[in-house]
Amino acid sequence: MTKLWSWGALLFGVLFFLMPLYGMTEFSLKMRRGEYSLDAYTAVINNPQFQATFSYSVIMALVTIAFGVLLVVPTAFWVRLKMPWLRPWVEFITLLPLVIPSIVVVFGYIRLYNTSSWLPLTGTALGTNILLMFGYTVLALPYMYRAVDTGLRTIDVATLTEAAQSLGAGWVTIIARVILPNVLGAVLSGAFLTFAIVIGEFTMAALLDRPAFGPFMQLLGANRAYEPAALAVIAFGITWACMGLIQLVTRFSKHNRLAR
Amino acid sequence: MPASRPARRPLPLTWLGVAPFFVFVGLFLLLPTAYIVVGAFRTPEGGFTFDNILALNTPTILSAYWVSIKISFWSALIGCVVGFAIAAALTVGGLPRSVRNPMMTFSGVASNFAGVPLAFAFIATIGPAGIITLYLRSEFGINLRLMGFNLLSTLGLVITYLFFQIPLMILIITPALDGLKREWREAAAILGATGLQYWRMVAFPILFPSILGTMALLFANAFGAVATAIALTGPSLNIAPILLYAQIRGDVLGSPNLGYALAFGMIVITGLANALYIVLRARSERWLK
Repeated sequence: MTKLWSWGALLFGVLFFLMPLYGMTEFSLKMRRGEYSLDAYTAVINNPQFQATFSYSVIMALVTIAFGVLLVVPTAFWVRLKMPWLRPWVEFITLLPLVIPSIVVVFGYIRLYNTSSWLPLTGTALGTNILLMFGYTVLALPYMYRAVDTGLRTIDVATLTEAAQSLGAGWVTIIARVILPNVLGAVLSGAFLTFAIVIGEFTMAALLDRPAFGPFMQLLGANRAYEPAALAVIAFGITWACMGLIQLVTRFSKHNRLAR
Repeated sequence: MPASRPARRPLPLTWLGVAPFFVFVGLFLLLPTAYIVVGAFRTPEGGFTFDNILALNTPTILSAYWVSIKISFWSALIGCVVGFAIAAALTVGGLPRSVRNPMMTFSGVASNFAGVPLAFAFIATIGPAGIITLYLRSEFGINLRLMGFNLLSTLGLVITYLFFQIPLMILIITPALDGLKREWREAAAILGATGLQYWRMVAFPILFPSILGTMALLFANAFGAVATAIALTGPSLNIAPILLYAQIRGDVLGSPNLGYALAFGMIVITGLANALYIVLRARSERWLK
């Protein structure tokens, strides 16, 4: 009886999830009349704007990850080592981006850092790119911080630090060569999640007027029929790849820990 | 010379380690948000006023909030019920273990598959010219449009949001279901409880704070979603995030401070939902964990 219910619930879920996945795949293959073809994909990939916006977003994602790691790893390490009483506060702040809608944050950026303000970031393309990267870092903060902090919990931060110090290591060496390799799995998990978030992000990029992949997809969706479905398949593939890599990394770092 | 003075407390130096973090979140998270909140209570000349908040009381803005709240509520409620059913099936429903891991991985993917591509997937499936729409019409003569269904509507948004709401529910509630101890079920059975009684009188009361808390989280999650809504309906649907988007782009309300008030209202609603989540999660941890 319970089993019947369970299979029913599962079947419903699977059907609901498969429906749009099937729909977008089927639709994306139907550009040529009467037969299946990859025309929609060819059209998308050969679109110069696709290439430009996609590489823009990939670069943004990579820069965001680099900046996020630089910001989060030392902070999480320092808080764990020296200021454990501060941890609930830092954790609370890192969770705020889940509470404050990103459209509100970017609204604040536009008013606060416009050309007539004390820090006119939106005045130049480079400045706006940097501002967008900061915005993405804020979006990724909850995931990045939680991943790194969980990673730090599994190692003995104090002992490792003291050992490194007695061998003469400075703070930079300790973080880069002792702490970071030990939490690499966690950092990579956070990094892949950040990548998945940044690559298709729409709101911030559109409102800051940057040529990112998200706004490009939206524009194409308003004007074309088959290409958007192909884009959806590609985007789903990217999300899937990121999540798969996270699983792989987690399994690998667990394996590593056991072997020691 | 301050440098030559002996340090009285070593504390400030310790703070140096977290300074970059606090400068960053201060400048790019807290200050922008505070600017919006303060702006909601300011006249264009800079004085204090409640007028902006009161000015939200127009039919357009109220209906934008109301439709947003309705969409978020229904997608959270249905997401909760369906997600819970699936999570329960995976954990205590007697399904083979081999089903669980793929489903959890898939939930991780689907809960992150939001925004513009998600809208495309649903347009291609049950949109006006979608695969399933056309299939139902040609094979069964069912015309969804004549039946009053339109993807570019409140109902359409709810269905689309469910694609990330259900997996999120599964991800959050599964650990709580795992936390149900076998002893409780056995104890209930020894005392003569049926399966239904066990669920109604033991398991469900324990899980209730988790479920309600997660529902608040799902609500906030849907309320702040901009990209999916814009890609699905364009600027046509009057919901709070889309109205705010249009306001930022082109000042459609005709007053910047009214825009701040609109954004402030959104923060208040998502803030309340999240506060509810935190309170209820703390409550649920009394039994689970």
